[in-house]
Amino acid sequence: MNIDSHTDEFRHVQTAHCENGVTTALLRYHGLDFMTEPLAFGMGSGLFYIQIPFLTVNNGPAISFRTMPGAIFKRTCNALNVDVTRKKFSNVASAEAFLDKKVQEGVPVACQVGVFHLTYFPKEYRFHFNAHNLIVFGQEDNNYLISDPVMEDVTTLSKSDLSRVRFAQGPLAPKGHIYFPERVKPVTDDMIRKGIVKGIRRNVRDMLKIPGNFAGVDGIRHTAGHIRKWRDKLGLKKASLYLGQIVRMQEEIGTGGGGFRFLYGAFLEEASAYMQDDRLSVVSEDFTKAGDMWRASAIKMAGVYKGRLTEQKDFDEIADMLVDIRLVEKEAFQKLSRMSLGK
Amino acid sequence: MKKEDLPQDPGALEKFTREVCYVKNADGKYETALSRGWEVKKQALDSAWDDVNERIEDARKAVANGEKSPIYYFMELRLMDLSVLSGYTGFFPFFIKRHLKPSVFKGLSDRKLEKYAGAFDVALQELKNFKG
Repeated sequence: MNIDSHTDEFRHVQTAHCENGVTTALLRYHGLDFMTEPLAFGMGSGLFYIQIPFLTVNNGPAISFRTMPGAIFKRTCNALNVDVTRKKFSNVASAEAFLDKKVQEGVPVACQVGVFHLTYFPKEYRFHFNAHNLIVFGQEDNNYLISDPVMEDVTTLSKSDLSRVRFAQGPLAPKGHIYFPERVKPVTDDMIRKGIVKGIRRNVRDMLKIPGNFAGVDGIRHTAGHIRKWRDKLGLKKASLYLGQIVRMQEEIGTGGGGFRFLYGAFLEEASAYMQDDRLSVVSEDFTKAGDMWRASAIKMAGVYKGRLTEQKDFDEIADMLVDIRLVEKEAFQKLSRMSLGK
Repeated sequence: MKKEDLPQDPGALEKFTREVCYVKNADGKYETALSRGWEVKKQALDSAWDDVNERIEDARKAVANGEKSPIYYFMELRLMDLSVLSGYTGFFPFFIKRHLKPSVFKGLSDRKLEKYAGAFDVALQELKNFKG
């Protein structure tokens, strides 16, 4: 399908992660051409780690490698002084009416959707996950033109299909959530630099200072501790499924590889150019290393769910790998924490 | 990850899209590259689906043996849990748990069953007459 030539104003941007992509594409549409996915991710302090206690998702551990949904768009817009409009709706009709009004005005808008009924996704990816984001940028023959940032090309959805995913139910139900930048004022290089520094500082705080042992860099050790016990506690079969869930959260479409660590490395590399500060590109290497270590741990975990590795010592080795990753990330954030970035 | 190490293993995304990954180019700088997939995560997804299919089969047997109502089977078939099904039907999880019992299911009104059928995307008769 190749229908992106129909619109001159809005340009589809393919990114690793949907929320970064929505942020990048909408801000570029409003004239902020410098915006890139790594910059949006870094200014929005997107990197994180958490294993949410007592919660299981799709019958596995609830683990996330990124910050909470919605935060990246909000923080990045905030840093650049962009006014944002957000709306949720109690009924489908008013949600449809508001979207139609925006489409008629020619304003591209972002919608939060659930993926279970998302018709253009392959069946294998359609679980009940309600924090996916896409952009509606026009209408053609009663179908909405859709720019889904994780896809190479733009696509379409019928009115009923779009309403269905906008009103998906369950945890994080979108309730027709629609959001878009309202006013974008000129942005100076100085504002970008300030945004970068703020993004880094907030990310340092999230990863090093967050209370509790299940989030931030300590969260990685927390999961390592769980992995050591899984084989005895859950049995080999369930333990392998749990490891599979970690790998999916870490590597599935949307992460850019290595649980967003490569994406953060790319951000620091860009930040080092904006700040003219080589120290940031040195720390960027640390995150590349962390990402590579995450991928190495995924290969080891795959050995378990493929049935090749079955011993307790294999689970211990995986846990040890995670403990090493924690150390690399902790030192990297400590380096960032010690840096005086001047703003 | 170096650009030349980016895996290109075909998976479920084939014919749908390739995905953006962040890789190091020959100059040691980050750039984006498109990947068709990675065997390691394909197997993670496959084993998750094996588990789902096993759960559906167990649910089918439970209905056939008269241990659970058809709602239980369709809930598993649609990958739902109590909280998701509660969202789609408007029933509280406490009541849904009761409706999973065949004895309670038998007495449910068509109006209530309609809500379940709608949530599961099946016809009312299909839900009522499912025997496992």
